[in-house]
Amino acid sequence: MTDHAHNIPEEFKESLMFDPRPREEMNDMVMESMHTVGKAYWWAVGILSFIVATSLFGVWFFMIFKGMGYAGMNVPVFWGLFIVNFVFWIGISHAGTFVSAILRVFKAEFRRPFTRAAELMTTFGLASAGMYPLIHLGRVWVFYWMIPYPNQRLLWPNTRSPLVWDFMAITTYLLSSLMYLYLPLIPDMAMARDRSTGWRYTVYRLLALGWRGTEKEWAYLRKAINIFAWAIIPVMFSVHTIVSWDFAVSMKIGWHSTIFGPYFVTGAILSGVSAVMMVLFVIRATMKHMKYFIRLEHFDALAKLVLIFSMSWAYFFYNDFLLEWYGGEKTGHEMLANLMYGPNAWIWWSMLVFNILIPWLTLWSKKVRRTPWLLFVIATLINVGMYFERVVIVTMIPQVNRFPFAWGDYVPRMEIFISIGSLALFLLLYLLASRLIPIIPVWEVEEGHHAHSLRKYGKEYIPTVSDLD
Amino acid sequence: MAAEEKGKWGMVIDQDICTGCNACVVACAMENNIPFVGEDETAYGRGMHWIRVERQWEGHFPEVAAVYQPVMCQQCGRAPCEPVCPVFATLHSETEHINLQVYNRCIGTRYCANNCPYVARRFNWFDYEWPAPLDNHLNPDVTVRGRGVMEKCTFCVQRIKRAEDEAAAEGREVRDGEVQPACAQACPTDAIIFGRLDDPESRVSKAARSKRGERLLEDLGTQPKVTYLKGGARYD
Repeated sequence: MTDHAHNIPEEFKESLMFDPRPREEMNDMVMESMHTVGKAYWWAVGILSFIVATSLFGVWFFMIFKGMGYAGMNVPVFWGLFIVNFVFWIGISHAGTFVSAILRVFKAEFRRPFTRAAELMTTFGLASAGMYPLIHLGRVWVFYWMIPYPNQRLLWPNTRSPLVWDFMAITTYLLSSLMYLYLPLIPDMAMARDRSTGWRYTVYRLLALGWRGTEKEWAYLRKAINIFAWAIIPVMFSVHTIVSWDFAVSMKIGWHSTIFGPYFVTGAILSGVSAVMMVLFVIRATMKHMKYFIRLEHFDALAKLVLIFSMSWAYFFYNDFLLEWYGGEKTGHEMLANLMYGPNAWIWWSMLVFNILIPWLTLWSKKVRRTPWLLFVIATLINVGMYFERVVIVTMIPQVNRFPFAWGDYVPRMEIFISIGSLALFLLLYLLASRLIPIIPVWEVEEGHHAHSLRKYGKEYIPTVSDLD
Repeated sequence: MAAEEKGKWGMVIDQDICTGCNACVVACAMENNIPFVGEDETAYGRGMHWIRVERQWEGHFPEVAAVYQPVMCQQCGRAPCEPVCPVFATLHSETEHINLQVYNRCIGTRYCANNCPYVARRFNWFDYEWPAPLDNHLNPDVTVRGRGVMEKCTFCVQRIKRAEDEAAAEGREVRDGEVQPACAQACPTDAIIFGRLDDPESRVSKAARSKRGERLLEDLGTQPKVTYLKGGARYD
């Protein structure tokens, strides 16, 4: 509560929840951060748009008209970096739901200032991921044959195919995460509406759905958010499990693994939460007033999550590896030997270093956890490591199969441009969104301020949180 | 799909008399309009041949023998490629009991190829061309595939259908030996036998029952229709 502000001891001032500012001041801070657009911002938008137009869409259309052969795929590596990127971006998209929904239903209070930033990652990660099944298709112009609708071909999609499950799961996840992004956005849209003019006013007025902030509206909104937060969690788990089934239900050595479901989900959350740290670092460094909202305590908490997920990823990785090795199948041994000692073994070893060694050695230290730039470096390495994990699974495991005469190598070609292009697409969407919608859910922060208070027992200050539901 | 499928059409390949001459590969390419992609592309793993002749060395120096194993689509009774296709482009033929590939229905997810334990499937990475006069040899009975679709050995289904049509017109069953895929027709040592497995008296059925016979990766439960004979130059 604001009246506490003057007598709060210094040690609690570090925490956002015990360092409240007046409502109007916070609103203005967020509005100002949205309106502050420097020269560097426009340069970034311009360069990223150019990359998206040429490297993503240009190269993609070229490949559509000329053939998939300009990519590096071959027999036996039928799925190349396209599917690697697909799995990677789906993984990134898990951050939003994990950070926002799971931390919300478990009432983890540190989530408040960055739920929006994480939810945006879900949506834009899915936008990047969703393109890849299309880019990857040999005949993308007939992609709609996968959509179940009554048609003149009298054909229904094959519901036994994991690709159809994928299609359903990702569509469900995209729609539900969009709604989940939008619901907590409504009060902030109303806030922005009341403080802007011109075209922004028109847009915000439409998106705010006439929100006035009455008690009834709040009650409905809280209920809706609660329902969605609970409902989206199983959807999130199912999405990456189904993505893993693309591999796990096949007969391929190294893919045919029952542990792939939780292994993929854990890896997705590891890379996703790391990516949230990266985004928070960039937001904090480049946008106005963000140092007030995003503090060292948040990096600290996220880094702990990353450490935990690095450990669970290592556990699943070990399970997956050990069973293949202990199983003693000849092809499996050859496959593992190719990963560990083959021509591309550096990818496999870097994956272990980036995903296990680096987080385990660094994130124990509170000092590291509270040094944002160092966390940014570590989170980047973890994401590289998780990217390598998908490279190993999608492109290196198939190189060795049951017929040594059909073994092969894989060298990415046009995939590299398209990968850079889709990274640019993600960054571009995020850049645009950061100036169009309030990146900090002000009402959630303020709600937290109201819920938190310090009680004085004797000479001791005790932090307390009241349950608002 | 039946749990145990006997199958209708089957093939036997006698590795003991196969000389690895690759005539089957060439004949198959001619019959099925398989494009030539050049050395570099083939070396990179994009050769379009539906058959690959694997050369395996057996024994230790100086007693080394080369054993040749032509591998093509095994026309599995329980084919791993079939359930994973999202658009039913690869599916089981109810009448021929082989795996069909419907080119016009394929959207190119390449999942079937990933799930084929025999690595028997080929993908059209480009629109391949037949510069004149090569275009003159195109077989009018076989679709020329465009870019972005999957293809594989069909057991020369166009020849099977023609023989069946002719037999039906004459009101009889297809005679043993009447249908020969291009590979069997071209084989100089007659190492490839083709015919009906549902006829216990056919040449292919008898050969498939041989004690020398084995099927590739049969332990995966794929029920392949191709039997490989190996283990000594003795016929029984």
